[in-house]
Amino acid sequence: MSSIQTNGKTAATATKPSKAGAAATWVDDRVGIAGAAKKNIRKVFPDHWSFMLGEIALWSFVILLLSGVFLTLWFKPSMAEVIYDGSYEQYRGLHMSEAYASTLEISFDVRGGLLMRQIHHWAAQLFIAAMFVHLLRVFFTGAFRKPRELNWVIGSLLLLLGILEGFTGYSLPDDLLSGTGLRIADGIMKSSPVIGTYLSFFLFGGEFPGDVIIPRLYAIHILLLPGLLLALIGAHMMLLVYHKHTQWPGPGRTEQNVVGYPMMPVYAAKAGGFFFIVFGVTALMGALLSINPVWKYGPYNPAEVTAGSQPDWYMGFNEGLMRIMPAWEYEIGGFTLPLSVFLPAALLPVVLLSVVMFYPFIEQWITGDKREHHLLQRPREAPNRTAFMVALMTFYGLLWAAGGNDILAVVFRLDLNQITYFMRVAVVVGPVLAFIIARRWAISLQRHDQEKLLHGYETGVIMRSPDGEYTERHLPISEAEAFTITARDREEVPALTSGEDVNGVPAPTARKDRLRARLQHFWYADNVQKPTRAELEAARHHAQHELEVHAGEEHAADGHQFDGRHDIHGEELRKH
Amino acid sequence: MRFLSARLSAKRRSPLAGVVVLLMGLLFTGGVSATLSSAVATDDLASDQALVDQGRQLFLVGCASCHGRNAEGVVTQDGDSQYGPSLVGVGAAAVDFQVATGRMPMANPSAQAPRKPAVYNEEETRALSAYVASLGPGPSIPTSEQYDPASIPDDEREESLVRGGEFFRTNCTACHNFDGSGGALPGGKYAPTLNGVDAKHIYEAMLTGPQQMPVFSDDVLKPEEKRDVIAYVKSLEENPGYGGFSMGALGPVSEGLFGWLIGIGGLVGFAVWIAAHTAKSEKRKKA
Repeated sequence: MSSIQTNGKTAATATKPSKAGAAATWVDDRVGIAGAAKKNIRKVFPDHWSFMLGEIALWSFVILLLSGVFLTLWFKPSMAEVIYDGSYEQYRGLHMSEAYASTLEISFDVRGGLLMRQIHHWAAQLFIAAMFVHLLRVFFTGAFRKPRELNWVIGSLLLLLGILEGFTGYSLPDDLLSGTGLRIADGIMKSSPVIGTYLSFFLFGGEFPGDVIIPRLYAIHILLLPGLLLALIGAHMMLLVYHKHTQWPGPGRTEQNVVGYPMMPVYAAKAGGFFFIVFGVTALMGALLSINPVWKYGPYNPAEVTAGSQPDWYMGFNEGLMRIMPAWEYEIGGFTLPLSVFLPAALLPVVLLSVVMFYPFIEQWITGDKREHHLLQRPREAPNRTAFMVALMTFYGLLWAAGGNDILAVVFRLDLNQITYFMRVAVVVGPVLAFIIARRWAISLQRHDQEKLLHGYETGVIMRSPDGEYTERHLPISEAEAFTITARDREEVPALTSGEDVNGVPAPTARKDRLRARLQHFWYADNVQKPTRAELEAARHHAQHELEVHAGEEHAADGHQFDGRHDIHGEELRKH
Repeated sequence: MRFLSARLSAKRRSPLAGVVVLLMGLLFTGGVSATLSSAVATDDLASDQALVDQGRQLFLVGCASCHGRNAEGVVTQDGDSQYGPSLVGVGAAAVDFQVATGRMPMANPSAQAPRKPAVYNEEETRALSAYVASLGPGPSIPTSEQYDPASIPDDEREESLVRGGEFFRTNCTACHNFDGSGGALPGGKYAPTLNGVDAKHIYEAMLTGPQQMPVFSDDVLKPEEKRDVIAYVKSLEENPGYGGFSMGALGPVSEGLFGWLIGIGGLVGFAVWIAAHTAKSEKRKKA
């Protein structure tokens, strides 16, 4: 890099450019990267641990691409029948598909193959798990609000595609679990009215299992879905750069700026370093923890099934739904309607995903808030939103547990039937309870904020007055903290409308308006509004007065040196 | 009409004819089954009268309260169920399995008798087996050539493993899990783990079908085939953990648990750590 020294006394002289600088100039002369780089390497990102959760997903995806390429070098996506003749003694001479045989070969005969398989599988679990926690962070902080609604939708699509990608990968080795999973997928497809049997017939190229499903899933798994994922991840990140990252409120942070550190060198180092940490954790898990031991499951055989047949975790809620569903099956005009499969396995996941995907628009419709938001909210600042997600999480978590009901029964010595009965009730009652508790909890925290603003924080110093009364001393919180807490808006609680004008004529949208007004009322009415300027000033004045009253008092007793009004540097309790 | 037929048959046969025919039929089928069935062999144990007597003494103290003083079973007051079933004809193998694995005597009546440390020693178990075997013919305790995988000739070992594995995956994994780590059954019952179970006890379990388990009699599954299954189960146990720690070998549920706790938990921890180490934390130093 050339440097120009100007100290005002000697003339500026250009030093000889370094090799890196020369190379950069060479490239810049030809493709003009300087313009793009100048802007982007100085791009500022705010700093907070919760902003790095999506990064876990991104780096897991990179690991998936790398380890996946390795696996394709040996995997044979074919259902042709072969006789196994590899290293695994228990299966030598057994008939199996080429896909399963090559998976065994990767596991036992390819150097580093088992490690790569396990890294690939763990990375897949982490990829989707990281997307989930990232989604929760974005949701709870309100980071999906305008202008980021589209990016939220893209994120939801990424989640869906990630789950599908995981399921296709789970199905490829053609082991017993793969085949069992595919059989369930086949059953779910067939449960759809009218189109079900056609869907299944076209996908499997005939009756299940056929001999084309593995090659087809392979193409979907290594070409179609990764391509879509890559494109959407690209769009997701370009939108992130375009919108700029959201930030927590605080002194100096507004809706118009971003306070943080530049891409170069701080975030390049942090993000680059985080990649190696994610890779390290994945590699450690791949090396130490056995995942999907296909050699124990055996080749797929439609006549076999094993206890502990479960999908990977991200399909667990779906599995749970099917396990606790009552056996509702009706026959209408000679056609069987298998509601016990169609409702939990086909319809409900779609509904659930749609609710999540379109949530930003639903909330916007209720609140009528169309402003841009770049400052994040704490979960307590939107109690209904927080409670909604907590309820969803409860619903999801209970179903997740129900999906492992047999494992729960074995490990905790429970009764399988009782777990099922319990879950049938809990998935309905649990989310409602969770909603109420989380909502009230958030409102209580708002109240706590209010108290801190108006009465200060609890110092833990107990004072005894001359007449024997004990009181705890409260002290005002710092200006910065007060600023941060009061960064949120005051919310106008709308009056309930009747939907009629002064002459009693209902508006064409009266029903909609009334519903919306009721929802809006529910949304805001119980919130604790932040104090007005006058209230804050009165509180501050009161606190000042308190301090002055006690300023001259001499304290003989030990411990008063920590009352918050003295410099406590070097202070300690006196030894007696 | 009824009167007529009764009168006719009364004329033709003696009143005892029906009973005689029934008895002859029973004798015939019983005799044929006794000669054809290899499982119902008379037991050497039962011929040792001293052992049988010792077993009877133990039985009266430890077993009779549920199984009855003559092992005829005790029916509950409502008559629907039993405290303990009749042990006539269950054979020495059943007693050896139940008592040597600690399942009997049962500690408390529950959905299923769990495996626990054995109450009786080897000698006492033999005596109990002898007593029950003396009550009626039943499967006898297998010999070590029957169940021990080590008795398979080396050149047949691989074939045995493959055959046993195929049988295991077809008939056993549905309850006992792919790795033999056990699984749940309805109503609080369960298929116990096979890890660390004696080859002999696995054999006896297949032979006698204890508790929820179906019987794999010698007609269904020949003794050599039982040995193949045991060889496969034992080979799973002897295999090194190729992939690392198996997390209970319970399938994707425990994988998901570890993925979330260690994987995401650890990585979020790292994220917190990275975010806490920046220029920001240096600026916060005391002025």
